[in-house]
Parts: sequence; C-alpha cells; structure tokens
Amino acid sequence: MEFWFSEKHTKDVKLSIRVDKQVYSGKSDYQRIDIFDTPAFGRILVLDGYLMLTEKDEFIYHEMITHIPMAVHPNVKDVLVIGAGDGGVVRELCRYPEIERIDLVEIDEEVIAASKQYLPFTACELDNERVHIYIQDGLKFIRRKKDEYDLIIVDSTDPFGPGEGLFSREFYGSCYKALHEDGIMVNQHESPFYEQDALAMQRAHKRIIESFPFSRIYQAHIPTYPSGHWLFGFSTKKYHPLRDLNEARWNARKLATKYYTTTLHRGAFYLPAYVEEMLKDVEKER
Amino acid sequence: MDLKAQESAPIYEALDRFGKMRVVPFDVPGHKRGRGNPELVKLLGEKCVSMDVNSMKPLDNLCHPVSVIRDAEKLAADAFGAENAFLMVGGTTSAVQSMVMSAVQAGQKIILPRNVHRSVMGALVLCGAVPVYVNPECDAKLGIPLGMSLAQLKRTIECTPDAKAILVNNPTYYGICSDLRSIVRLAHEHNMLVLVDEAHGTHLYFGENLPVSAMAAGADMAAVSMHKSGGSLTQSSLLLTGPRVNADHVRQIINLTQTTSASYLLLSSLDISRRNLALRGREAFAGVCELADYARGEINDLGGWYAFARELINGDSIFDFDSTKLSVYTLDMGLAGIEVYDLLRDEYDIQIEFGDLGNILAYLSIGDRKRDVERLVSALSEIGRLYAKDRTGMMENEYIPPVVAVTPQFAFYAPKRSLPIEETAGYICSEFVMCYPPGIPILAPGERVTTKILEYIAYAKEKGCQLTGPEDAAIERLNVLVE
Repeated sequence: MEFWFSEKHTKDVKLSIRVDKQVYSGKSDYQRIDIFDTPAFGRILVLDGYLMLTEKDEFIYHEMITHIPMAVHPNVKDVLVIGAGDGGVVRELCRYPEIERIDLVEIDEEVIAASKQYLPFTACELDNERVHIYIQDGLKFIRRKKDEYDLIIVDSTDPFGPGEGLFSREFYGSCYKALHEDGIMVNQHESPFYEQDALAMQRAHKRIIESFPFSRIYQAHIPTYPSGHWLFGFSTKKYHPLRDLNEARWNARKLATKYYTTTLHRGAFYLPAYVEEMLKDVEKER
Repeated sequence: MDLKAQESAPIYEALDRFGKMRVVPFDVPGHKRGRGNPELVKLLGEKCVSMDVNSMKPLDNLCHPVSVIRDAEKLAADAFGAENAFLMVGGTTSAVQSMVMSAVQAGQKIILPRNVHRSVMGALVLCGAVPVYVNPECDAKLGIPLGMSLAQLKRTIECTPDAKAILVNNPTYYGICSDLRSIVRLAHEHNMLVLVDEAHGTHLYFGENLPVSAMAAGADMAAVSMHKSGGSLTQSSLLLTGPRVNADHVRQIINLTQTTSASYLLLSSLDISRRNLALRGREAFAGVCELADYARGEINDLGGWYAFARELINGDSIFDFDSTKLSVYTLDMGLAGIEVYDLLRDEYDIQIEFGDLGNILAYLSIGDRKRDVERLVSALSEIGRLYAKDRTGMMENEYIPPVVAVTPQFAFYAPKRSLPIEETAGYICSEFVMCYPPGIPILAPGERVTTKILEYIAYAKEKGCQLTGPEDAAIERLNVLVE
C-alpha cells in the first residue's frame, strides 16, 4: 500500500512525503489539523494541507527564529510569541534562564491540544511556569499592548488563511508599539523563490519597513518548506543584528544547537543577489 | 411567509433546466455561451457566461413576466411581506425612480428630506414633480443628517396639503431610522402615499431586533437594494409595493426606462438571494449584528474614536438605529472621515464604504469574518497612534438648508451658462454637485448657490472627497441659469 502526503508548493510543483500512518485528524473552528508518521521525516504537522513542521527538520526553523535575536539583545526578560501553538519556539526560549515571562498567543486552541498530545518533541515546554498561553487572535491581543516586551517572535502560517492579519501593516505597527524602546521583532518572512511566496515576502517587507526604523532579512535552509529557502525578518528599534551580536556572551552559554552557530548568524544575513534586488525594489517604493 | 414555498428559486431552476437542454443559440447575446469571446470566459468562467442568455419562453421576460419571473416576484413579495415585488436590473436607482414616477407627475408635489440620494432628484428632473423639503435635523456632535421628525413633517403637511406623496430615507446610510409607522398613519390620513428609499435596509425584513421595515410599517412602496445587505449581484434590486398601489401601472412606469434585455445573472442572483434570506436570513443577520456590536466595543475601547449606535435614539428624528451599520465619528482624532477612508485604503489595504467630513462607515454584511474586523479595528488603533492631530480648524458636517428657486426639471432644461465656480454665489444652479459616496447632492438643479455652499465644496475638495455631477468634471466651473 502506498500512502502519500502531497503539498502543492505552486500550482505546478509539489512535494510528496510517504506516510506510514495517520496519527490524528481534526477540524477546529479555524482549520483542519492532521498529524502523520512518515518514514523520512518522522512525525509531521499539517494545517489545512500545508506542512507546518516535521520532526526531522523543525530544529532549523525554531533555532533560527529564536537564537538570532537572543544572541543580539543583551537583556531579554519579557517575550511575546504569536502563533507557534506547536511549542517549538517556546522550547528554545525556555533554554534561557534570564527570560522571566513568555506570552504565547495562539488563535487555535486545538493546535495546542494536538501538539501537547502528539508532538512532545516541540510541545515539551508548553507547561513551563514562565509560559502564559492566550487563546486569542494575535492582532487583537497586541492591540492593547504598549511598551511591554523586549522581544516579539511572529511564528505565523502563510498569509493566505487565518494568518493573513499577521502580515498587515496594522499588525507590525502594533508590534512596534508593544515593544520596549530597545525591542526586537523577528518574524517568519516567507520564501523568495516561487512567485506567490516572493510577492508575500515583498509585501511583508514593505509593511515592516513602514513601521520599524530598521529591518534586515536573514535566511535558512529548510528542506520541507517550498523551495527549501526560507527567510526571517529582524526588525529593531536599537540593536543591529550583526554589530550588536555578542558571540562570546552567547557561546559562553554553552547551548547545544544543531543549526545555529554565531558564525552562521553572521552568514545568514548575507543574501543572494536576486533576493537583495527584490528587497531593494520594495525599499525604493518608499 | 410560506417557508416551504421559499425553498424554490424559479429563475435559477429554469436556467439550470435550460442549460441541460443544450439548445443551439441563434439569438443574442452574440458571444454564444462564451465561444465567441474566450478572454471573457477566462475572466468570468464558463458557468457564468453560459448563464448569460436572452429572454425566451422557458425563461420568461422581465418586461412582461408570465411564468418563472412572475413566480420569483411572487415569492419575493411573500418573503418581504409586500403585495407585489418587482425584480429590478438597473440598480436601486431604477427602483427609486420608478417609485417616484409612479407616485407623482409633472407639477405635483412630493414631500422629502433634502438629503436624498441623487436618484430621487434625477426622478424629479425626469417627471417634473415639485420637491417640498422637510428639514432633516442634524446631530449637533456627529454632524449627520437624522431621520424625518414627525413634528417637522406635520408642519410641512399643513403648509402643503396638496402633496401626493412623502419620501423617506430609511434607514439612512448611517443607520438612522424614522418613526415609519407614525409617518404612514399621518400620510394616509392626508391621502398621501409613503415611498421609502430602503436602499440600506434589505436586512430589516429578515433580521430580529432590527428597526421596522417599510412594508411592515404599512408604507406604499419601497426600493430595496438587494445587492447591498441582501447579497445579490451589484446592480440587482427590488421594488416593493403595498395594497394601495396599482401594480400594473408601476410595471408600465418601470418599462419606460428599464432594459428589454435583462441580465439573467442579475435575475438569478436576486432569486437565490431571496431564497437564502428567507431561509437563513434570521441567523445570518444575528451574526452581523453581533459582529458590529463587537467592532463598536473594540473601537470605542481604543479611545478617540466614537462608534455610535442605539444610545443616540431620541424617540423622534432618531426613532431607531440599525445596529448592522458600523459608523465611526472621527473628528476627535483631528481627522476628517474622508482622510481616514483614504488612509485605510492606501496604508492598510482596507476599503470601507465611505468617509464624510466627520465620520466613516464600514459596511458589514453576511460575508464578513471576525478576523477582518480585527484588522479594521487594529488599523484604526494604528491610525490613532500615527496620524491623530489637533482638531482645531476642522469643518464639521452641517445641514445647509437649500434655497429652492425653481423646480429641478425647469432648471435642468432651462437656458444656462457656465461660470467659474467661485463666481456663482447668488445664481441658480442648473446641475448637481455631489460627494460620492454617499451620493447625496450638495446642490441640486434649481437651487440658489450660496457662499456657504461654495466654502463647503472647496473644503470637501481639499480633503480629497470625490466630487461628481457637473458637466465640468474638474468642478472648476458650474452651469447656472441665465436670469
């Protein structure tokens, strides 16, 4: 018996992963949630047919969205994580003892429930006492926040579903407002390669630079995401992602990582020429 | 309403049957189910172009309905509690104009508030009736024109006992409702018909805890924009009539100006929407009201904005409020409504219905999602943070009572000359000047131009309002009567 999960990366390209068995399937108020066991990637989480994470390569995404800002900002105490109901970002954050509070805002309660039950490798710290979970629309939650966080991590889905509001100017502007005067926002920034993703990437960049005085893009290689080439946004009020990187301080923490290193940190901000070109096009419009 | 009967959609079903017959078309439209216009098919889809067909026996004829269109109109009449219903394909403009022209003719008087839609003034130009205005009261703070006050109407009727009809905007664009039942009683005591421009009130017929609808209040005719809150395609509309009105005469009036090639896309959309409203309207509009209430709560919580609603009710000129309307007062932010309207679209990719000098209106309907409301609220929060300024120097909306010198028809056709707009004070205007939306005339043909009106036009232009109406599209010149 052949049983495959396929995701269309464009209307003409798809990625297929052989499935061993379906572990969970449910429909929440917002989306369909599926969890499969696969021979090549271990357990995988799928929302509305889009692959969110695999047991095999989730470390890349979660390390890169967390350790980059944590190696730059010297004093992170209050963190807001938006989306990320699978718990992967929270797991990485919990490795930093100086963080006092992690607010996790996820719109879909059932993603958290399913993750806790079936994805212990990412959900393992969701019950940590520093973590406060809010089941709410991220846009609504952040509207009421002012000068409250050192770091905001936006771990959104694609901008073509429930996550659309997390790519809007009003959202990024609200994040700016919610950050302290030296705060940093890091966001999932789509991929530059396929046309539709690239447009979303440019749009997000446009909306971010309208709200933040400084924003740079960095990249990672994530095998199961469309094109494998993925971007993150680093938007900041004060700290520079490279000049304020304190390698010695971070390395002294002796955190074991599989993808992130402080050397890779520097490299991640050097982008391919065509990506730089795309970003310049957006910046020129300003 | 016979709910069982409402489950059918005769025009839609006839189109479906007709499609299956695979009839060879040697009639219009010439695109022949799209084969002659592949680009159009690519744009609209095969299903859509294949339903764009001509009137014929199996599909009936809107000019003289005897089968499926007549059945659909009967179902619509039953659903809306009317004696008769007419499916309209020329927008609610055509419904309003047919309504006015069925009620009054050249030289006869019609009582109406001045803040009517341009379509009403257009009907007066066409038929030659004489407008008699009831002063619409204006809310001192919000600057919006209110409903028709019964006391004001009584005074107007005393001065004009020979008027044939009274026209009421209900609800207004902003959701303000008048005491329709009392207006109908008063009008009928004086042998006048009551016509209701109910363009923004389709949902009143189906929702619960909403203001009374025109037909339920006993009005004689109502123009209902099915394509607004009813969910049908743009340009489709309904004209409803009560028992005092001769429906055959109304049909004749409609046929004076209505197309003889009515679009079946529009007709079937009316049919399907009517079915949907009759079967599911109650819960759908309960959802809309809930969403609007939620949005108002969140917006008022931001501070600086005022999303108004039922607390305005005063028993007369604000007799009731349609809570599906999400209107927000903007002047305390130091921003004109039109400025917020532009910011929302240009900076936040959010298109709202309109902005005037002091308010914006976001149109909520059966298609809205909570997450989109969150975006609107957050965008207002951000606009408040980034753009709010001191409000000194902001002009407020106010009602400028018109000085009617001659009838709209006389002025429209009389000899005229073109003058630079700033030199027209004191002259009688021969054309319309409107802000669009909402499309309510600032000046109508036959009214005297005043400096106050010119100041208003200049300010509206400066704030970015889209002004329409005059022959000179740039609105730098205006046609006035040669006196």
